[in-house]
Amino acid sequence: MTDKVLMKGNEAFAEAAIRGGCRYYFGYPITPQNEIPEYMSRELPKYGGSFLQAESELGAINMAYGASASGGRVFITSSSPGIALMQEGMSFLSSAEVPLVVVNVSRGGPGIGGIQPGQADYIQATRGGGNGDYKVPVFAPSSLQEAVDLIYEAMELADIWRNPIMIYTDGILGQMMEPVVLPEPRPVTEYSELKQKKPWALSGYGDDDSKRRVVKSLRMDPNELEMHVEALFEKYGRAEKELVRVETAGLEDAEIVFVAFGTVARITKEAIELLGESGVKAGLIRPVSLWPFPYDAFDALTDKTKVVISTELSMGQLVQDVQIGVGKRFPIRLITRTGGIIPTSREIVERALGILSDISV
Amino acid sequence: MQAVFTYTKGMVRTDTSYCPGCTHGIAHRLIMETLDEMGKLGDTIGVAPIGCSVQAHKFMNIDMCESAHGRAPAVATGIRRVHPDKTVFTYQGDGDLASIGTGEIIHAAARGEKFCTFFINNGIYGMTGGQMAPTTLIGQKTTTTQAGRTKEQAGSPLRVCELICAIEGAVYVERVALNTPASINKAKNAIKRAFEIQDRKLGFALVEILSTCPTDWGLAPEDAMKWLGENMIPYYPLGVFKEP
Repeated sequence: MTDKVLMKGNEAFAEAAIRGGCRYYFGYPITPQNEIPEYMSRELPKYGGSFLQAESELGAINMAYGASASGGRVFITSSSPGIALMQEGMSFLSSAEVPLVVVNVSRGGPGIGGIQPGQADYIQATRGGGNGDYKVPVFAPSSLQEAVDLIYEAMELADIWRNPIMIYTDGILGQMMEPVVLPEPRPVTEYSELKQKKPWALSGYGDDDSKRRVVKSLRMDPNELEMHVEALFEKYGRAEKELVRVETAGLEDAEIVFVAFGTVARITKEAIELLGESGVKAGLIRPVSLWPFPYDAFDALTDKTKVVISTELSMGQLVQDVQIGVGKRFPIRLITRTGGIIPTSREIVERALGILSDISV
Repeated sequence: MQAVFTYTKGMVRTDTSYCPGCTHGIAHRLIMETLDEMGKLGDTIGVAPIGCSVQAHKFMNIDMCESAHGRAPAVATGIRRVHPDKTVFTYQGDGDLASIGTGEIIHAAARGEKFCTFFINNGIYGMTGGQMAPTTLIGQKTTTTQAGRTKEQAGSPLRVCELICAIEGAVYVERVALNTPASINKAKNAIKRAFEIQDRKLGFALVEILSTCPTDWGLAPEDAMKWLGENMIPYYPLGVFKEP
């Protein structure tokens, strides 16, 4: 039995996490994601779970580290400035190979920026964000249904990959309402089964100290550290093959190929329809996984394509991956809005037509 | 023959990475010996800090994790949520707890977290090579207060026990020292009381342990013990600040 309900984005994210097995949530208030800690404070205790309002985002991610290193299934959320504070923990958890699902309900920056939607944490999200060599798989939903499905799946993926996983959303998805089908609640690992299911997790070694566990990220011996980082990158190499997700449309005869993710991809889809009505064929590459990035999707572009346009709520961050995917085969242009302003589909159409006529001259 | 003194199972049989004369070894042993005597070694999870004792897990024979600078109380908070019936403690130095981790320790105490913190105060940053700590005494020379700490330039040393005992959630706060055999025995009693209070789930317990850093103080180990007694204890008085 699945339920279809009308929900606010942030609440749907929280419910998806609970259904995905989250029993520990640590959060700190920041707009536009406050409905998530509010929902968790109300709902998690009903499942025997634990909600805690931390003293800061630093506190929250380090509590998350402690709970997950102990075998708990942990979900945390924040918005851009708070996510920036959490980068210390993201690096630490990645090195210690501790699972975690993190949602960024992102907003405009830099600095405190604003509270309206943004996508300007793209580079931070996809290149690690904290210190050192590490990677975090990042998924960017463009509807509440997709967000619910990705969060639900990520709760499992984080355990499988023993790595933080980020869901990159924005203030629109967090604040909008949409009907969603909620997945069946996943059975939760009983406390008594922890040692068996997560043999690496801290729980006290019991009677046999040969089974004692240490969760750590410090490696003073350079050779040991290098071997550790190489082992992490062997894992990331597998993730690059297995976790790539992309949606494409109309690439076979597109004059304009848009690249956009999240909310912007939805608006871009509407722009593509409008362009079609005026006789211009346009297609879309929508990366669902931002890291690993679906570079291979660009192989499907044909010589009918005149330009590739990265459409984003940042001053040109996604376009850096577009450049890697396209190489020198096609001209690349940008349509950006920032500061929390979202382009309309009409605006995208007008700017795309302008770019197309410039290219054709 | 009857053994009158044995190695505790709580310590891994290896050399520590600490300098000769450093009291970390004594503090480690006191905590581990206490857990051993209480039969808790297999049911304890410890959190190591950043600082000289970052690798405490190499010496303490229990399940353990590292934590980023100052975050040990947050990490222990997370551990406690998953394991409400295990014994959990943090082991933190003065740079870790009293400087970069003030937010975490204050709020762990405010929440009345049911774990213990053992706070090693030696008045200096040891691992990074002897810089001023928040607990460095006025006049004390460090690599970042080369003419001695002044109140005008760096403010006054922070008294952590006095600060923590003002917080309602902290139920047991005691300051001990490791400079004499008698004070070491008292320190062990304080450690045991902290674990007992955790067992009774009464709230947060903090034991501050005045310690020496002969290397960065530039003193021979015995002189360092004497210096602790003559300089630290007058500013950081020993005793129970709060008890249930």
